[in-house]
Amino acid sequence: MSSRGDVRTYSGFRAITMLCLFVLYSPLIIVTIYSFNASRSITVWEGLSLQWYADVFWGPESGKFKQAAINSFTIALIAATMSTAIATSAATAIVRGGRFRLRTASLGLISLPLMVPEIVTAVATLIFFNSIGFTRGYLTILAAHIAFCIPFAYLPIQARMQGIEDTYEQAAQDLYATKAQAFRRVLLPMMMPGIIAGFLLAFIVSLDDFIITNFVKGAGVETLPTAIFGSVKQGIKPNIMAISTMLLVVSIAMVTISYIVGKKDNST
Amino acid sequence: MAGAAATGGSARSETYASARNWLLLPSWAVLGIFVLAPVAMMLVYSFLTKEFRGGVIWEFTLSAYDQFFFDRGLFGDEPAKIEWTYILIFWRSIWQAGLATLLALLIGFPTAYFIATRPAQTRTVWVFLITIPYWVNLLIRTVSMKFLLRDQGPLNDFLLATGLIDDPIRIINTNAAVQIGLFYSYLPFMVLPIYASVERYNFALSEAAADLYANKWTTLRRIVIPSVRPGIIAGCILVFVPSLGAFLAPDLLGGAKNFMIGSLIEEQFKGNAGNWPFGAAASMILLTLVLVILMFLARQQARADREATS
Repeated sequence: MSSRGDVRTYSGFRAITMLCLFVLYSPLIIVTIYSFNASRSITVWEGLSLQWYADVFWGPESGKFKQAAINSFTIALIAATMSTAIATSAATAIVRGGRFRLRTASLGLISLPLMVPEIVTAVATLIFFNSIGFTRGYLTILAAHIAFCIPFAYLPIQARMQGIEDTYEQAAQDLYATKAQAFRRVLLPMMMPGIIAGFLLAFIVSLDDFIITNFVKGAGVETLPTAIFGSVKQGIKPNIMAISTMLLVVSIAMVTISYIVGKKDNST
Repeated sequence: MAGAAATGGSARSETYASARNWLLLPSWAVLGIFVLAPVAMMLVYSFLTKEFRGGVIWEFTLSAYDQFFFDRGLFGDEPAKIEWTYILIFWRSIWQAGLATLLALLIGFPTAYFIATRPAQTRTVWVFLITIPYWVNLLIRTVSMKFLLRDQGPLNDFLLATGLIDDPIRIINTNAAVQIGLFYSYLPFMVLPIYASVERYNFALSEAAADLYANKWTTLRRIVIPSVRPGIIAGCILVFVPSLGAFLAPDLLGGAKNFMIGSLIEEQFKGNAGNWPFGAAASMILLTLVLVILMFLARQQARADREATS
């Protein structure tokens, strides 16, 4: 009779998991290492140096990258805030609004940006702004980002709200809280882990976006991905690897925060 | 259990039913104006006449779709033949995305299964490790892959140093590079839904199969895989659909020869070759293709659910 562990485990699956992690991480690790390369060439290694980081901040292209970084982070911040607020509001209606006719349609509309291929959304948004004669620039990027961030903010928020029983709000209302008070003082604080997760996801998704931004940005307005793409088209330079490494650190910091928030939540 | 939609009757309530229209208004407004209206406008544009140097003339025509499917010669006066150029680009995209999905499934399924069978404490760490690359900027990941796969890149250096090859192998600007890039871009999407399914799988079934003398691989094929099928299908959709319309991996890794739908569409709106109605028509065809695939799979899933409950 075989033991219980034998039935569950398959030989080779551990090795494939290691291969999977190796594939996922090796390109990122190699680029991080080469961003500290002292050589001007990207092919030879000539020892450790921070010169490409200095080049990003003070080099000839620093102005372009600084402006792109400011655009990227302000757009991500505003888009994530707006889409989180919109998603929280929608989730409250869908999870706490009883049964109603538009419920399925609303869910479908919210998940639409996830189903439509990104390039199609990009084309459609470009055509839309063109047809209403709106000049492309910062605002068009922002509007597009708010829209496609909504489903990403929505999913963790809805999941969290579904996990909270409404007895707490009932109790608050029994103690003469209004519905608005019950929402703000009882439901919202309990929702926080979901809201934070939704916000961070939306922030990263906005920061990450290239295709839609590339279509709806006007001439002269760049975000970090479009600036990096423009630069990479002429060949990978070491300063691009330094920028990439810094963005990598930002992403990993954000996912770590959301992981810790989620973990704290489980322990309570 | 994580992932399970364990919604008791009380989690969904009517507390805010009176305000629901107001609560839904912002999402309807934003998504209606910036997603629905644009897709509708794109449909309209696909029937308009092209203006040279981008944009459209407001005259109804079917010429964008005609150009996609039929070849009428240089001056448009020859008898119509099937135009294979664009159909082949779509076919190549489906093929490339399909291979990337298959590769992701072959690596992703064992990984998801392995993680789901770890003890509960370490499981979250494994999931965290799989999730991190998904949060890293896709452009940066694709550029990293390009750096790694170059003719004089670290991969070739490594293979030359170990003596496995004598000359650098050419990977960049080939179909294989695009498949690797797509596989690498969307691999976490394959692992996570399968993991969620395997985590809910009742391992008593595997034990019952073992008791009835099924060997382990038969158990995997006949019991485990059918049980976690919804997760496998979800993973395949999440890899296939974005791969189909991908722009970055084919553009950066595939070069000019390994054109996919994404590049074909992008080209219509950038540079001087611009043909907006044609780009809109190609986008509509891609959108239709994706929606048909999604609806087909949703129906399959619904049928499987009915069979499971009956």
